[in-house]
Amino acid sequence: MTKLFTSAEAHLKARHRSEWRFRWLGRLAILFSLGFLAIMLVSITLLGKGALSRAEIALTVDLTEASTLEDVNAKKTLRNALFATFPEVTSRGEKRALLKLLSPDSGYELARQIEANPALLGQSPTLWFTASDDIDQYTKGAVDITQPENRRQLKDTTLGWVQALESRGALRSVFNTAFFTSGDSREPELAGIFSALVGSILSLTVCFALSFPLGIMAALYLEEFSKKSRWSDFIEVNINNLAAVPSIVFGLLGMAVFLNTFGLPRSSPLVGGMVLALMTLPTIIIASRAALRSVPPSIREAALGMGATGVQTTFHHVLPLALPGMLTGAIVGMARALGETAPLIMIGMVAFIVDVPNGFTDAATSLPVQIFLWADSPERGFLEKTSAAILVLLGLLIVMNLVAIVLRKKFERRF
Amino acid sequence: MAQSEITLTGRKRPLEKLIKLALFLASVLAIFVTIGIVLSMAFETWQFFQRVSVTEFLFGLEWSPQTAIRADQVGSSGSFGAVPLITGTLLISAIAMAVAAPTGLISAIYLSEYASARVRGWAKPLLEMLAGIPSVVYGFFAALVVAPFIRMTGGQLGLEVASESALAAGLVMGVMIVPLISSLSDDVLNAVPNALREASLGMGATRAETIKKVIVPAAIPGIAGSFLLAASAAIGETMIVVMAAGLAANLTANPLEAVTTVTAQIVALLTGDQEFDSAKTLSAFALGLLLFATTLMLNMIAMRIVNKYREQYD
Repeated sequence: MTKLFTSAEAHLKARHRSEWRFRWLGRLAILFSLGFLAIMLVSITLLGKGALSRAEIALTVDLTEASTLEDVNAKKTLRNALFATFPEVTSRGEKRALLKLLSPDSGYELARQIEANPALLGQSPTLWFTASDDIDQYTKGAVDITQPENRRQLKDTTLGWVQALESRGALRSVFNTAFFTSGDSREPELAGIFSALVGSILSLTVCFALSFPLGIMAALYLEEFSKKSRWSDFIEVNINNLAAVPSIVFGLLGMAVFLNTFGLPRSSPLVGGMVLALMTLPTIIIASRAALRSVPPSIREAALGMGATGVQTTFHHVLPLALPGMLTGAIVGMARALGETAPLIMIGMVAFIVDVPNGFTDAATSLPVQIFLWADSPERGFLEKTSAAILVLLGLLIVMNLVAIVLRKKFERRF
Repeated sequence: MAQSEITLTGRKRPLEKLIKLALFLASVLAIFVTIGIVLSMAFETWQFFQRVSVTEFLFGLEWSPQTAIRADQVGSSGSFGAVPLITGTLLISAIAMAVAAPTGLISAIYLSEYASARVRGWAKPLLEMLAGIPSVVYGFFAALVVAPFIRMTGGQLGLEVASESALAAGLVMGVMIVPLISSLSDDVLNAVPNALREASLGMGATRAETIKKVIVPAAIPGIAGSFLLAASAAIGETMIVVMAAGLAANLTANPLEAVTTVTAQIVALLTGDQEFDSAKTLSAFALGLLLFATTLMLNMIAMRIVNKYREQYD
């Protein structure tokens, strides 16, 4: 008797242990995914933090001879200012290295500062200029100066000058507004996301303007007007399949049809938006149909009973009730379109875009494509720019999804 | 006094007819898009097969699409054997599925059978966040963090790991498709009638036994459907492989080596300046058609299985 009990008890214990193991396996599976997510977000945040600041160097420029902006030879003025700061530098090679302390665009910066404050003319003011990428990285502590000289970008002579500037208080770190206000650049310290952001906004505008109305119309037809038939089944299967087609295939379609057959401008937000619209359409149709289905039949019956026609019932009564749900679906679809990269590469939105696109047919790029382009650049400065651009992109996605959630909460009704 | 006429037939409303027609046309657009995809790619593919034979494309073992700039250049013809691309795609997708299938399924089981409403309330949206992150972000992370990490770990174990290994791309892709499997499997598991659960628990089975022997078998078709959809997403994924897998066509089953995929090649073939008529450019469309056909087939099967299964318990 007792023997039977002990064997049953042992068996039961083993079963409970296996139960416990299984439960922990489930927890581990979830923790694995979430841990990956956390590591990814934290490492990108840590990398991207640096892009928010930028090193600047103070130089006393001699503008005593100039009375108008045209008199100023910005390059020469800056060169002289640098030589005056470091009078001990005489050899040609060292002089050239000295000039590399400043970012290549600092001439424009001087012109801009004079333009903003003409009173500087005729004086010799001390102004701040963007430092070059190497110096920028040094101030952020990204340069390991304990390494031997030949294994780092920043050479010892330059390092000496930078430390001299630092001790004089002529080196500072400021908030990098340029990252948010300027376009792409070959120089990481000057590169910004603004033109890519505008490109994304333009593409999404086209995408929304096309896919939202068309998606609603298709959903209205399928839910409210079509009779259940083989034809409507066929349309439905088609839509579900399109939702799962790889995005790069849409890019190929856009390339073959929009660019080569219709001859629309390559690299433009117009074509980008059209391709994204084709991709988003199934998502919006599916969400819109769900929204229409949640409107109870009693609303339709009441309207029809009062003598409204089918079209009146749909547009006066059903559509207004379903619209918030549709909009929620559309925002989620737009968020996905915002992160889409591959189809935009296909239609040529991978160009090097410095200027902010002015219209739907200008050459443009988009935020995710800009990330892709920067990710390929070897400079350390671009690494932080890439990460920071990713953070901006993720921030936008979070905002869009939050808006969708808030909309859903606000307009959610139970009938 | 004129008698007002009452017509019961209603007035003709041409505008309404027009509106209905417009709605109908909008819904047919989806079909036109599908037809457009097939036709545009079929046309370019047909042109491609004028230059390169179908057998070479489908069974050739060598992929080097460089066409010469000058006619007398060595190796001017280029070779278009897609087999290394297909095996590369399958290798990376298999790695991704090896990560995503168990993780996704077990997560779904935990969330639907064990987790309290509170845990479910925050774990599910967080998991779904993984699906909402753009793939270019995963690609960046794979190339910057995961690939060097695997290379370093491999190096310590005395293994030769390529800097753009299939393992890194597949691993990261696997995490990306976890939510595809977990959310669909979660729905499927929730659809299993409670009667089955209660019957098994009532017979004295533990919860784990109930899940393994009753609920999962009952939900197998739906789970299989979710696996197929995830596999199709892995095959069609582009940015991760473009950024983290190599471009060199390599016929190997070793996950530590660099391989290339169909999607990565399409991007490589079509970026930059190219003349539209060259075999090199056209081959991208042949690859695209192959990709479209494969994923379409997987999706159709998956959706059919899932729908059939849903009807079973409705």
